Amino acid sequence: MPSTSTKSEPEHAYKEMYSKSQRSALPPKTEAPDFTLRSTPDQWLSLSEFRGQPVVLAFYPADWSPVCGDQMALYNEMLKEFHDLGAELIGISVDGAWCHAAFARDRKLHFPLLADFEPKGDVARRYGVYRYKDGVSERALFVIDADGKVYWSFVSPVGVNPGADGILSALEDLQNKRTVPATMEAK
Amino acid sequence: MIDRMYLKLPDPERDHFQGTIDAPIALLEYGDYECPFCGEVQPIVKEIQRRLGDDLCFAFRHFPLTNVHPHAEHAAEAAEACGEQGAFWPMHETLFANQDTLDDESLAQYAAALGLDETRVLQEVILNAHAHRIREDFRSGVRAGVNGTPCFFINGQRYDGVRALEPLLAAVAEPVRVT
Repeated sequence: MPSTSTKSEPEHAYKEMYSKSQRSALPPKTEAPDFTLRSTPDQWLSLSEFRGQPVVLAFYPADWSPVCGDQMALYNEMLKEFHDLGAELIGISVDGAWCHAAFARDRKLHFPLLADFEPKGDVARRYGVYRYKDGVSERALFVIDADGKVYWSFVSPVGVNPGADGILSALEDLQNKRTVPATMEAK
Repeated sequence: MIDRMYLKLPDPERDHFQGTIDAPIALLEYGDYECPFCGEVQPIVKEIQRRLGDDLCFAFRHFPLTNVHPHAEHAAEAAEACGEQGAFWPMHETLFANQDTLDDESLAQYAAALGLDETRVLQEVILNAHAHRIREDFRSGVRAGVNGTPCFFINGQRYDGVRALEPLLAAVAEPVRVT
C-alpha cells in the first residue's frame, strides 16, 4: 500500500545500515576547531572566515539519502530566518565535492555543502561526531558563536530529521545576548 | 521578529478548519500541495473525518518546500485567494486532486470551475498577496517541530507514527476512545 511507504521505511533502512553507538559531540563553550574544506570542486571554505557572526554547522551522513534530503530541503527554506538572525548555514558530509555539486543542483540548495572527504571524516572526528563503524558523520548540529566557540550542539538519531527549532532557539539566544548589553548602554 | 511565533494548535482566529473548534480532538496538518506524500494522505484524512464526525476538528496550515516543489507556493496562494472568496476547502481538495498540474493557468481554471472570480484569484497568486500568512504558517510549523510534510499534530502533540489509516486513526481517536 503506497501510503505506508512514507516515513517508516527510510528510518528502518537507517537502523539496518548504521550501527548503534554513542558519540560525544563537542559541548558548549568549547573552541570550535577551525577547518578548511572544499565547498565546490575548485573552491575552499574555512570556518574562520565566518568569525564575527554565528554559524550553523549541519553534519549529516550522506547526500541523496531520504532523511538528509528532507533535512537539507527544510534548512534551505529556512535560510531567510537564519540570515535574519545574522547566521550562515553550512552543511558537511563525507561526500566528495562533485557529489555535493550534483546534490545541491538537484535540490536547489542555496547554502554551501562542504566535503569532509580527505582525510575522510577528519572534521567530523574533531567535532566528536564521526561514526567509525559506518564511515559517515552523525546527524549533528552545532551553532558556533561569533567568537568561534560552540554555543549549542545536538546529535539526532541518525534516521531522524531534527528539524530547525533547536537551531532557531540557539540563534535567538545569541541575538538576545548581543542586543541586551547594547540596550543597557543606551540607558 | 518572528510574528506570533507560538501559535495555538489550531487557532480559531486564523486557521482554516473543518468541524467545530471546541471538538474534543483537534487534528492539524502541515502540508504542501505539491508534496506527493501529502497527496497520498488526503483520503486517509477524509476517512478519519468521516469516522469521527463531530468529535474532530481538522485544520490545515501551509508548509511549502518551495525549492523542491516549484508550484507549492503559488498553489498555497491560490488556496488562500479562494479562501478570500469563501472557498478554501473546495480549492484545497482540488489542488490535492491535481498535484501534477499546478501551474498558474491551471490554478485560475480550478478557481473558475469552483464558480469563483478567477481573475482576482490569479492576481492575488501573482502578487503573492497571502505570502505573509503562508510564511507565518511555515514558521509556526518549524517552531512546533515540523521536519517534513505531511506533519500532523493531535491536540498539539506531533504524530510521528506511520501515515496510514489504522495507526493514524487509532492515535487521533485515542482522546475520545472511539471503539
